[in-house]
Amino acid sequence: MKVGHLSSFDFGSADLDSSIFFETAASRLGSGGRALAYFAVPEGKAHRLVMAVGFDREGRVEVYSTLVHGPFKALTPSFPQLHLFEREIFEQAGLKPEGHPWLKPIRFNTPGAEPGIADYFTVHGSQVHEVAVGPVHAGVIEPGHFRFQCHGERVFHLEIMLGYQHRGLEKRFIGGPDGRSIHYAETLAGDTAIGHGWAYCGAVEALCGVNVPPRAQILRGIMLELERLANHTGDLGAMAGDVAYLPAASFCGRLRGDFLNMSALVCGSRFGRNMLKPGGVNFDLDSALMQELKLRLENASRDVGNAVSLLWETASVTDRFEGTGVVSKQVAEGLGLVGPTARASGVGLDTRRNFSSGPYEGFTLSVSGSGDVYSRAYVRWLEIQKSSELIGGWLNALPAGPVEAECGGLKPDSAAVSLVEGWRGQICHFALTGSDGKLRYYKIVDPSFHNWQALAMALRGGEISDFPLCNKSFNLSYCGRDL
Amino acid sequence: MIKAILARWKQGHRTMEFPSAGLKLPPRGLGLPRLKPAGLEKAAAACPYGAIAAGEKPGLDMGRCVFCGSCARAAPDEVEFTGEYKLCVSARKDLVITGKDFKRAETLGAELRKIFGRSFKLRQVSAGGCAACEADCNVLQTIGWDLGRFGVQFVASPRHADGLLVTGPVTRNMELALRKTYAAMASPKVVIACGACAIAGGPYAGHEECVGIPPEIPVDLYIPGCPPHPLTILDGILRLIGRID
Repeated sequence: MKVGHLSSFDFGSADLDSSIFFETAASRLGSGGRALAYFAVPEGKAHRLVMAVGFDREGRVEVYSTLVHGPFKALTPSFPQLHLFEREIFEQAGLKPEGHPWLKPIRFNTPGAEPGIADYFTVHGSQVHEVAVGPVHAGVIEPGHFRFQCHGERVFHLEIMLGYQHRGLEKRFIGGPDGRSIHYAETLAGDTAIGHGWAYCGAVEALCGVNVPPRAQILRGIMLELERLANHTGDLGAMAGDVAYLPAASFCGRLRGDFLNMSALVCGSRFGRNMLKPGGVNFDLDSALMQELKLRLENASRDVGNAVSLLWETASVTDRFEGTGVVSKQVAEGLGLVGPTARASGVGLDTRRNFSSGPYEGFTLSVSGSGDVYSRAYVRWLEIQKSSELIGGWLNALPAGPVEAECGGLKPDSAAVSLVEGWRGQICHFALTGSDGKLRYYKIVDPSFHNWQALAMALRGGEISDFPLCNKSFNLSYCGRDL
Repeated sequence: MIKAILARWKQGHRTMEFPSAGLKLPPRGLGLPRLKPAGLEKAAAACPYGAIAAGEKPGLDMGRCVFCGSCARAAPDEVEFTGEYKLCVSARKDLVITGKDFKRAETLGAELRKIFGRSFKLRQVSAGGCAACEADCNVLQTIGWDLGRFGVQFVASPRHADGLLVTGPVTRNMELALRKTYAAMASPKVVIACGACAIAGGPYAGHEECVGIPPEIPVDLYIPGCPPHPLTILDGILRLIGRID
């Protein structure tokens, strides 16, 4: 069923007969559709499978559901982009996707499960060795377990086993919204507080049928782009650090902080916490603050341009960036990758363009092309320039008016799909209400959920010493994926 | 090469002075709370985490507070967040703000201070949470903050570490890794709980998926905030090792 992104729909009308559901899903995914979310909602003793499919070129969203009582047909063999979704359904609901190649746990949250204890893919041979890293890593970084099958320096296969950050977030939305819901959304991934916060607000607003005032939309846009600027700048610095090019690493490390401080200037928090609420925003800008922001943006953008230009002009950097960790366009599309990672492989997907809403009307896309570390770096640089331009433009033309609208109750027995282009890529929240108008189910898909597999693919055939650089070039979220 | 040197000149010297007079959080930032001890009922009702007690023993527990400001919006006459960033304490109970004197973190005893005062190596373990605390620890290592000038450094191995800095609510899935990391550190060793999650669960307080820092890992320094501002973290660490008082 075709639904509007950011508008509520009658959930019951998405119901299909079981055989038609799987046929429809396969035909949609086979004709340019991308799974935004695929999950099982408990319904009495049975479960309802729900799939949201996005058609990026047309900017269209479709939702289908069907009631299942036990095992169901796995679609992963034909559509690898579903591999983690089906493993998740098996782990969360106990429903077995028949024919799935390997139903390994993903969050180790079922009775008796122990983190990291699972079967791993292994390669055998007298000169093959295994390298295991984590969950505690060498830096100040989130936990995860990485297992490499190597021959000398060369990586045959990398398996990424996560779940250490699982803190049970999705189910805490159920029964809400309440005073804690927005904090859950803001801390799904702490570096994406605005991205996830906005996705949550968008879902609630759709279910309330409230229109967010234009001024609030633009203030949200400013915060989302500041979040992107801070993280992209930090990432470019971290990538420079991993190829031992310290000038850009040092400058970008400092400049990332300047962008975070601009967020703090608006809402008090360097991560944009407390800025958003369903219906609008908590903080407005007066003319003095706008002037200050403009000045800081101009200075920081100039300095970032200066620092980043060094990367492209330094042979020791480009030599390490080019041709390293390649993810082809075919792999990117097959795995349903999103965000700068997908755009660096030539995939033309950006929620701000393909599913444009709010302040992003008329947004144009940045793509790079070769799928290597260089492309992932370069696409970030293009996006930094665009974000900086966007904020500058918005600060010059901020519409007058209120910054919030009153949200009433949520429409019962309804659902809404909310998409936001976070700095790592497309964020999808799927909210479903019960007959009491409370949230009955809440599904969160962080861009990292799609993209972790890309890191494993990037390492295939590469050198193990390139792992840190490849890892930084994706900079994925553990907590956003583990929830 | 010449371009790198020119860039270095253009970017300038950007390391901030610390501590320095008049340093505080940004104007809209939420720092040390100030309370009126009477009439906190409205504020208490507005707090989604039960961090505020009204009635006979009024107080705001900064350990449970995620600094969302709901209380101050509901009861602006009773609760106010100041721009003061020095929030760290040595004992859990000192995180409860009552309106009386706030007892800041104390320096380690003379013996430990002698060992750690000029060179303090930290092993950070991220145990659940949202990774914002980690980000604000990482920022201390940038040139803007230059943590190294104080003799403090994050190290890769627990074997090299004098202190364990824990972030996150300690998920069940990270409990064992945290215990092993602590056990792998040589004594004497100190423990820092950084952020609302590590102190009392933060936004995830009450979740069965989270267990908290086990009692066998005794905490020497509490850094409140969600996440704490880098100023708060730096102030706490330097107080602990006696670099400022």
